[in-house]
Amino acid sequence: MALSTLSRRGLRSTLFKPLSAAVSSRPISSDAPLTIETSVPFTAHNCEAPSRAVTTSSSELLSFFRQMALMRRMEIAADSLYKAKLIRGFCHLYDGQEAVAIGMEAGITRKDCIITAYRDHCTFLGRGGSLLEVFAELMGRKDGCSKGKGGSMHFYRKEGGFYGGHGIVGAQVPLGCGLAFAQKYSKDETVTFALYGDGAANQGQLFEALNIAALWDLPAILVCENNHYGMGTAEWRAAKSPAYYKRGDYVPGLKVDGMDVLAVKQACKFAKEHALKNGPLILEMDTYRYHGHSMSDPGSTYRTRDEISGVRQERDPIERVRKLLLSHDIAAEKELKDIEKEVRKEVDEAIAKAKESPVPDPSELFSNVYVKGLGVEAFGVDRKVMRATLP
Amino acid sequence: MSTKFGRLVSFVGKRRFSTSSSVQKGGSEQGVKSLNLCSAINQALHIALDSDPRSYVFGEDVSFGGVFRCTTGLADQFGKKRVFNTPLCEQGIVGFGIGLAAMGNRAIAEIQFADYIFPAFDQIVNEAAKFRYRSGNQFNCGGLTIRTPYGAVGHGGHYHSQSPEAFFCHVPGIKVVIPRSPRQAKGLLLSCIRDPNPIVFFEPKWLYRLAVEEVPEDDYMLPLSEAEVIRQGSDITLVGWGAQLSIMEQACLDAEKEGISCELIDLKTLIPWDKETVEASVNKTGRLLVSHEAPITGGFGAEVSASIVERCFSRLEAPVARICGLDTPFPLVFEPFYVPTKNKILDAIKSTVKY
Repeated sequence: MALSTLSRRGLRSTLFKPLSAAVSSRPISSDAPLTIETSVPFTAHNCEAPSRAVTTSSSELLSFFRQMALMRRMEIAADSLYKAKLIRGFCHLYDGQEAVAIGMEAGITRKDCIITAYRDHCTFLGRGGSLLEVFAELMGRKDGCSKGKGGSMHFYRKEGGFYGGHGIVGAQVPLGCGLAFAQKYSKDETVTFALYGDGAANQGQLFEALNIAALWDLPAILVCENNHYGMGTAEWRAAKSPAYYKRGDYVPGLKVDGMDVLAVKQACKFAKEHALKNGPLILEMDTYRYHGHSMSDPGSTYRTRDEISGVRQERDPIERVRKLLLSHDIAAEKELKDIEKEVRKEVDEAIAKAKESPVPDPSELFSNVYVKGLGVEAFGVDRKVMRATLP
Repeated sequence: MSTKFGRLVSFVGKRRFSTSSSVQKGGSEQGVKSLNLCSAINQALHIALDSDPRSYVFGEDVSFGGVFRCTTGLADQFGKKRVFNTPLCEQGIVGFGIGLAAMGNRAIAEIQFADYIFPAFDQIVNEAAKFRYRSGNQFNCGGLTIRTPYGAVGHGGHYHSQSPEAFFCHVPGIKVVIPRSPRQAKGLLLSCIRDPNPIVFFEPKWLYRLAVEEVPEDDYMLPLSEAEVIRQGSDITLVGWGAQLSIMEQACLDAEKEGISCELIDLKTLIPWDKETVEASVNKTGRLLVSHEAPITGGFGAEVSASIVERCFSRLEAPVARICGLDTPFPLVFEPFYVPTKNKILDAIKSTVKY
């Protein structure tokens, strides 16, 4: 008893440091590998499903908890900032789907590429982005990850292999095939995860991308984040077959409980190995968004409040990890509460800092349209004089 | 800058649009009602569905009322077989609409934002526009009307603010129509739905709730390809369409205070457009200014300018002024710099008149 208290205390003191430090400095004795069974089995299409037994560790579970709590808090804060009109443009929140971003990162490396649509805040954070970059970008400030020029839908992080942040439904998936081709060509044993929603699954571009990926055996994993609503339309109203993992026909697929971070991790690991050996694979992540489609959608007109609260109670990805941490005696209730307080503070501090960041210089309106020194630029105070400059 | 922009918004909100007197039929029996642009569109769709049993409304989320609530109540009244949601697939929506129209129906498709129309560009340009021509008039999709909200709203960012009208003006075979006010929107939309040609109907989403005016409750149509002089003047002709007209009208009022008399023309239909009305006006004033939100290079203002220079070369007393969006992607935080504001227009009016 005394021993376990001691180890918990040791654990606590490291928790509040940045995540990477916390993981490396933790005593090895308290970080023995754990095997936990996924709560729902995988469903496979034209492939052998991976094992339900997932190897993890207490430190990994704790880091999952912390990161997901941070994402949750970040999205809720973004909601209030939008309502306070500090965030302009459009804003799509990820709360509820955190396990997909976190589990995927745990199964792959940052040399693998991720490309996603416009619900991109948490994916960016998972790829190593900072809270300051998130909030500054959301508010259109200089310190944002796209220098304040992109906004909510356009987060990018080149050094983390994050190719963004795309505004048009389904358009990013063929791009993912291009990334995967380049990876295959350079033989660096990496893969691309191209994410899209259940709404985008009905876009023609998806099928073009699928055929290209399969035809050329590209190491591309098409990840359908199925949150069951394409904007305000339930999946069954928009898709003849909502079994998205089977939609590839000749391309194998795997249906994954996207609310279970361990299942996502296992599936992504499996998918990477599969893609390097055999070419593309579809992963369907069964997940759920608590917020509406975007900030103008209250999210309650096309689904019942009972449905939302039911998912929160039964399937919430953070609560699931909390239960695991408690039942395996890795952390006490209070420690987890403290983590939540801590991430809240972190988010608040990042927002305060982001608010101090200036908006980009007005000249930035004209930069990056073409490569520097090329293209049409405007001059003069009224910007009426146009001049074409060529290299 | 932002406060100026804020005032501008409230100013736009308060003003009522002057409108055409060319209401073709009815008008008085059923009276008029004060409506915003969104409700006027809704009313037009009600009338279209009611007056023609072979008309259909479809698009993303339209049976729930659509993201802007323009299709509210339609599914309840006309049933889910005539008003229905589609999957998120713009190319499929338009292609489907072409087929539906080819069977003699009125297909009223909604593309949720004009920024999302590009996946459907191929269907519009290669299928819809050329169907009649390439089949030697055996087939056509004249019953197709594509409604789509366009333009700046003050905070839309890259993909909810664009004005892509010029792309479609380069395509013989389709018509492009943009209304400026609720009364215009209702009359023009009904004309578009009943016109025997495929039409892209851009709705100024900034005005959905901001523009309010008296709209006749009955079924009326406004003529296409007919521009309208909405303000008489003698020193300079201003040509615009859609939401930009409200900005231009403010510039006209300010110019008037400085003794410049501006004539303001609403083009309404961009192709095929009413060159004669603009030509007559420029022959009177000797000067022309065109303004639109889309980037200046290759915008429809260039076409207006070129045509008028051809027709009125010897009468022009100054170069044609174009006050448009800048040649950049539609920006997020710099929208106030990007858009052709009242002051930019006023400056151009003054320098053109003093040229």
